[in-house]
Amino acid sequence: MIDGPLPAIGSLLSPVPAASFSALLTANSLTPGLTVPPGQHLGGLPAPEATTILALRYADGVVMVGDRQATEGYSVAHRRMQKVFPADAYSAVAISGTAGLAMEMVRLFQTELEHYEKLEGARLSLEGKANHLSAMMRSRLPMVFQGLVVVPLFAGFDERTGRGHLYTFDVVGGRYEEEDFTATGSGGREAKSALRGSYRPQLDESEALGMAIKALVVAADEDTATAGPDLRREIYPTAVVVDRAGYREIPVERVAELTRSVIGGMA
Amino acid sequence: MTIPFYVPPEQVMKDRAEYARKGIAKGRSIATVEYAGGILLLAENPSGALHKIGEIYDRIAFAGVGKYNEFEALRVAGIRLADIKGYTYGRNDVTAKGLANAYSQSLGAMFTEQLKPYEIEILVIELGETDEDNRMFEIGYDGTLEDKRRFCAIGGKEEELLKALGERYRPGMTLAEAVRMSCEVFEMVEKRAIPVEGWEAAVLDRSNGRRSFRRLAGDELRQLREG
Repeated sequence: MIDGPLPAIGSLLSPVPAASFSALLTANSLTPGLTVPPGQHLGGLPAPEATTILALRYADGVVMVGDRQATEGYSVAHRRMQKVFPADAYSAVAISGTAGLAMEMVRLFQTELEHYEKLEGARLSLEGKANHLSAMMRSRLPMVFQGLVVVPLFAGFDERTGRGHLYTFDVVGGRYEEEDFTATGSGGREAKSALRGSYRPQLDESEALGMAIKALVVAADEDTATAGPDLRREIYPTAVVVDRAGYREIPVERVAELTRSVIGGMA
Repeated sequence: MTIPFYVPPEQVMKDRAEYARKGIAKGRSIATVEYAGGILLLAENPSGALHKIGEIYDRIAFAGVGKYNEFEALRVAGIRLADIKGYTYGRNDVTAKGLANAYSQSLGAMFTEQLKPYEIEILVIELGETDEDNRMFEIGYDGTLEDKRRFCAIGGKEEELLKALGERYRPGMTLAEAVRMSCEVFEMVEKRAIPVEGWEAAVLDRSNGRRSFRRLAGDELRQLREG
């Protein structure tokens, strides 16, 4: 969150454009809550962790899926957490790692993209958005040393190239574009192996969604921190697609139906 | 040593106001009109790149007449304040009233303190949950803040536009009706026909979801206008 009083509008009239929303906050002595005091370590304090997220490219764009569990050590902290979010109308961002900080990073990233779009009258290019997220990752490097790791996935539809793109990030802000699929979080490795076995290019939307949910179910089988679909409580993974028409969250009824058919097929 | 001439404050203010009014009178006007489910913002603007109407926040739009660089700076400041406030608290805490007050305070202070006043008039428009909750604020070069209902106008032809809109406005119009009526009023006041490329139009519409602002491009505007 923000610390300090809101600025007067007169002080925001400066003709010099701020480089970004974060720069604007800094210029007005309002630091976004993405830093803890240097030299301090979270130690054994409990902070929930968001676990498995994955994304894959299909014929019309990208699919992104996340499980719903946040863990605190060996306990379940939250069962209905959301880990996949719209970044803007044509992109999605998913998070793993220290949940509280990751969610704040998403909120800041969303604000950044919208702020730019409103000021400039045009959206950032998809690569521009990915680069910006990469810079945000780099700026929180000190927190990585304090054990507060956040690893996002970013995916979107590029209105210029007319296809979906996937990006992964490392903790120091390295940005990598993936051609086919990717996964991260505690069950990421298992999810990736599952996708590796079944992935092929030019999937249709239903196939891609089914494959993504199946990979999540496999990951939940192997990784204690990842929750599979909870049929008893009716908690299903979050699934979104981004295609030519933009970001779209898949309604829970359709996810439930896909989940049942995936689990039925696995036997 | 030179002694500056004494100029009474009344005279200073009068001169500044006159200077600002002259600048604004040169500018083309903007009108806003409520319709069922939204608010239309319409301006005569031959430039397709330099906008007079812009999005501030989810349900808030901005419109400015007068000197472009001045109202553009105000638009940017409005977006900055709205985004900071929305990020600090919540999206519903950003209101046109708060923003209009901030503009009013700031323009009022600048009018008295700075040598050259801003040669602008601006509108801050908010789409409410229902048509009853819509808000329209007009802020003048000296910080004068006015609360309008149903329709409003700013710019050189403000008086004439308000009079004509008052005669033609009726509640519950469709968007197409609002576009047709407003365009006709503009053309009547300007006493000339305005081609479709000469308009800048946008809406705040409840059917657009969270970000209710949307520009009406040339083709869409032509269709709405011609029905």
